[in-house]
Amino acid sequence: MIEIKDLNKSYHMGSNSLHVLKGIDFSVKEGEMVSIMGSSGSGKSTFLNILGMLDEADSGSYTLDGKPIKNLNEKVAAKYRNQFLGFIFQSFNLINYKSALDNVAMPLYYQGVKRAERMEKALHYLEKVGLAQWATHLPNELSGGQKQRVAIARALASDPKVLLADEPTGALDTQTSYEVMELIQNINDEGKTILLVTHEDDIAHMTKRIVNLKDGLIIDDSNVTQVRASVAKNKHLQSKQTSNV
Amino acid sequence: MFNIERWQEIFDTISKNKLRTFLTGLSVASGIFILVILLAIGQGMENGIGQQFEDDAATRISVWTGVTAESYKGLNPGRRIQMDNEDYTRAEQKNIDQLEYKSGVYSVWGQLATYGKESGSYRVEGVKGDYQFLENETIVAGRYINESDLANNEKVAILGNRVYLDLFKGQNAIGEYIEISKIKYKVVGVYTDPGGEREETRIFIPLTTAQRVYAAGNNLRSMVFTLEKQEKFEDALAASEAFSASLESDLKQRHTVSPTDERAININNTLENAKRFYDLIAMIRGFFWGVGICTIIAGVVGVSNIMLIIVKERTKEIGIRKAIGAQPLSIIGMILHESIFVTAIAGFLGLIFSLILLELVGPLIESDYLLNPSVDFGVAITTVIILIIAGALAGFIPARRAANIKPIVALRDE
Repeated sequence: MIEIKDLNKSYHMGSNSLHVLKGIDFSVKEGEMVSIMGSSGSGKSTFLNILGMLDEADSGSYTLDGKPIKNLNEKVAAKYRNQFLGFIFQSFNLINYKSALDNVAMPLYYQGVKRAERMEKALHYLEKVGLAQWATHLPNELSGGQKQRVAIARALASDPKVLLADEPTGALDTQTSYEVMELIQNINDEGKTILLVTHEDDIAHMTKRIVNLKDGLIIDDSNVTQVRASVAKNKHLQSKQTSNV
Repeated sequence: MFNIERWQEIFDTISKNKLRTFLTGLSVASGIFILVILLAIGQGMENGIGQQFEDDAATRISVWTGVTAESYKGLNPGRRIQMDNEDYTRAEQKNIDQLEYKSGVYSVWGQLATYGKESGSYRVEGVKGDYQFLENETIVAGRYINESDLANNEKVAILGNRVYLDLFKGQNAIGEYIEISKIKYKVVGVYTDPGGEREETRIFIPLTTAQRVYAAGNNLRSMVFTLEKQEKFEDALAASEAFSASLESDLKQRHTVSPTDERAININNTLENAKRFYDLIAMIRGFFWGVGICTIIAGVVGVSNIMLIIVKERTKEIGIRKAIGAQPLSIIGMILHESIFVTAIAGFLGLIFSLILLELVGPLIESDYLLNPSVDFGVAITTVIILIIAGALAGFIPARRAANIKPIVALRDE
């Protein structure tokens, strides 16, 4: 699904240049669920942005679903993003004057889907994340976890090949984090490829493979046994109850 | 371009920023308002002045002579040029087809006129019968000078109303005899003149009589003509200018005056004066357009400014949209659409308000120089086109900026 070879990226700030990614080789097969870990400054967000075509690499090759991603103009990049990728952000990035349903429908709007069909599909995905009854609510009427679920529904709406999640649980408490991870795991179970950036160990272990980044290089890439979020959630609930007692 | 989604977005953003949108719209609306009012005033001035000239139907061209300013063909400057009957006859015969009224004039100033015990000093003019129409005079009693007066050198006089009141104190004057410079004239008519008292302190006598009494021989002081009426102002003006020019060159040739001499032969062409007025109006109109357009530009800059702020505020939203697949063109369309919408609505409001004002106030204006100020359909259409262009211009820079927003930068912008 994703094929990356010798990826380099540096940022220039005045006379200083910062070499963020120093030759990354990386590949992801369809249906995988990969977490990218690393301390801040390790280059993990830059890496994800390049994967998401939000940023472009200086050198190296990137192939997504057999299509080379290189020197794309804005128009084509927008089209590829719309077709291939779904984004989930730490800060949700919902459009706050639009209802949950309209937010979910937006990628479909840019795909040129007719309004009635768009709304029907959007509602279907809202149902999938368990928020059908919140369809007409504005984002600021929803809790953090609910907002992230709406964002997930939006990411799914265009039926992308890959989901890219940048610290999806970063702004959520543990309980809600596990709930959101449970949802993401379920989506992965259905066969969707998912890449997830996180710096939390427990979240990373809920994926199937952990890639460790340090100073712009992959220092470790290993498969792990997936911890089911539902199990973790229950455990967490119990420990909370015991500590309350 | 026209889908519900986008309209919804525009209304959403507008309703979120009512005051700001209102203030922006106000600047555009007042721009259009001022433009339309100014244009209407320009039109009103043209109407008013046009009517003034229509009243006089003045195609009057008068010629008088003076002193040469340049030496020519061995002749010194400072020569006095004297027109005579021959000049008049030539001018008449050359243009017989297009002349409406014509008269040679021999006038003398400060002539003492007496009737019984009353007396006064007046201007005496020897003229032909057409002069009544050339001067726009109305006979209130008796008659004007006729052909037989001229043929027989009759000593008859037509008094201006002021002269009549001075000498006769309102009593019957027709058939009475007055004395002008010791010569008796029979009063045959009294006239009034729209020019008022100044024009009515004159006494008219037959041209031939005047030339004889004042020992002028064949000399003329001036010649006055009007041309046949034309349907269009432009045609009338062209004919009148051609006539003036040919008359001038004929006179200069006959009296051996340099073609470039501007003082020997004087021609006053009323139509040319009218044209000067129309040119002035055209200039004023151009100025009004300029002022109006500048006002609209100020409005456009306002809208543009607001749209820039909106783009800035929505940077993150635009970034999100781009991340989930919005094409640059759709972002440009979104901003342009909103900008055109705001300017168009505001502009139409300004247009409608100004039209209502013109409709209400226009007919109440009573001034010689301002009549029925209004704008025609063409001007309204033009302003609408200006509005749309203005909206597009106002939105262009902000839209381009929006399209250039990099999603990664926008999303980082927390």
